[in-house]
Amino acid sequence: MVSPESPPAIEVNNLTIRYGDRIAVNSLSFAAMPGQITALLGPNGAGKTSTVETLEGYRRPTAGSVRVLGLDPVADHRQLVARIGVMLQSGGVATGMRPGEALRLFASYYDDPINPDELLELVGLADHRSSTWRSMSGGEQQRLSLALALVGRPNVAFLDEPTAGIDPAGRQLIRRVIADLRDRGVAVLLTTHDLEEAEKLADHVVIIDHGVVLADGTPTELMRASQGDEVRFGAPSGLDVSSLGERIGAVVTEASPGEYVVASAATPSMVAAITAWLAEMDLPLADLRAGRQRLEDVFLRLTADADAKAPEPTPSRRRRSRR
Amino acid sequence: MKALLAQTRSELMLSLRNGEQLLVNVAIPLLLLVFFSAVKVLPIPTGVDKRVDFLAPGIIALAVMSNAMVALAIGTGFERHYKVLKRLGATPLGRGRWVLAKIGMVKILLIVQIALIVVAAFALGWNPGGTPWLAIPAVVLGAFAFGGIGLLMAGTLRGTVTLALANGLYLLLLLLGGMIIPFSEMPGFLGTIGKVLPSGALSQVLQSCLRSGAASAGSAWVVLAVWAVLAPLAAIKFFRWE
Repeated sequence: MVSPESPPAIEVNNLTIRYGDRIAVNSLSFAAMPGQITALLGPNGAGKTSTVETLEGYRRPTAGSVRVLGLDPVADHRQLVARIGVMLQSGGVATGMRPGEALRLFASYYDDPINPDELLELVGLADHRSSTWRSMSGGEQQRLSLALALVGRPNVAFLDEPTAGIDPAGRQLIRRVIADLRDRGVAVLLTTHDLEEAEKLADHVVIIDHGVVLADGTPTELMRASQGDEVRFGAPSGLDVSSLGERIGAVVTEASPGEYVVASAATPSMVAAITAWLAEMDLPLADLRAGRQRLEDVFLRLTADADAKAPEPTPSRRRRSRR
Repeated sequence: MKALLAQTRSELMLSLRNGEQLLVNVAIPLLLLVFFSAVKVLPIPTGVDKRVDFLAPGIIALAVMSNAMVALAIGTGFERHYKVLKRLGATPLGRGRWVLAKIGMVKILLIVQIALIVVAAFALGWNPGGTPWLAIPAVVLGAFAFGGIGLLMAGTLRGTVTLALANGLYLLLLLLGGMIIPFSEMPGFLGTIGKVLPSGALSQVLQSCLRSGAASAGSAWVVLAVWAVLAPLAAIKFFRWE
């Protein structure tokens, strides 16, 4: 459906956003492709929402440029809004409105909307026809917001923290719907500070903090690139690492209590040597990761480095920028 | 067109579902009309036969203010607070159709409100005089003046502040606007202030259209028209969507 040569659905070039003296986004660049889920991942206050709101046309860049489907979100707003779907972090629906009413109203804005009843079914709200927004749970509100973002058959969907504060079943449902969007060729840009979400769902992850890109790639690439040649394993703390190192012919360090790092490529013989030594000592092996860190390791290391380098991180920088 | 109709219908449905709005828009004006027509506590201008002849035009002015200013301000203020307006900004509805839908809602509610007031007033023995057809442009000008003030509040203040201010302003404009208390009963300076307020201008204009023997309202028409132009312009200039 989407060829590899398709132009990016979203292009961000050296985007800078300032609020007075505060720089929320600092020369940020990335692209998002149709038929892919791109996760903008970062801690609260990283500049995610500011970036997304610029793409949605809510604010103008202080410097740099953004394009969505080749359009300028502010200058070409009228054309663009017919082709995007937006899910805000919270709110967005009049408190006295019922799910079906909201969906039918939004459907009237678009030329070829999805049938509201089908959408209610899809997001599991078919049984909530008579509850108003004010009486719905956070998870139900999120699912209705998602349905409202989809009703116009968008080419690009912007989802700001789509599963924040939702129970596991609701999260599963939302993730399924988002994955389905991708399969239909929609470019999905979601912001999240939930690593598990990015790892499970995204085809492309852009890690940002303090308004700059720290890493950009597929989850696999990010985990591989940052990993280098090492094998990590978990075992009881306080092992004799020098003895193990001599035996296997590689430097072994205890990175944190019970977490060991072997500075060697994860060859089958190396893995066998480590487990053999443990077997000889009659020690249990908690886990062993050969050539794979979890995205969490990457994320925590990158954002910790960024914090160390960031010029005087004031408390206000840490707050989410949501004006 | 489909979007505009759906939006107007949705706005209407939400106002009708909202009990406080119905109270302010319908119950309070009708209650004031019936109560003060029956109970002789309020002064009426000299030369007026029946209390309802004075009260009916004032209560119509009050209904315009309740609907176009108070209910619109509070409704829109909370929509802004709950990011409803922000979300609409990312749909093809557009600001133009949104404003038209709000105008449509106010217009339909006004027709219903005024019809109820007129029926109640006739039941109380109202005998309208003057040039009643002129009441229609007067109500339209009044709706634009109060609607502009309502949207100005809703678009610049926090939701709860809008709620408080709209209610406070309602009382102030009601008391000083000559709607139920004649200007002739106020100390000179208060009457002067009252007559340049939109409520004062509208009630004077409606008295002249609907009551024989009322003073002509040439300057009140001018005051009302100025409010009807300036208030919406200010709302357009200062309204913030988030």
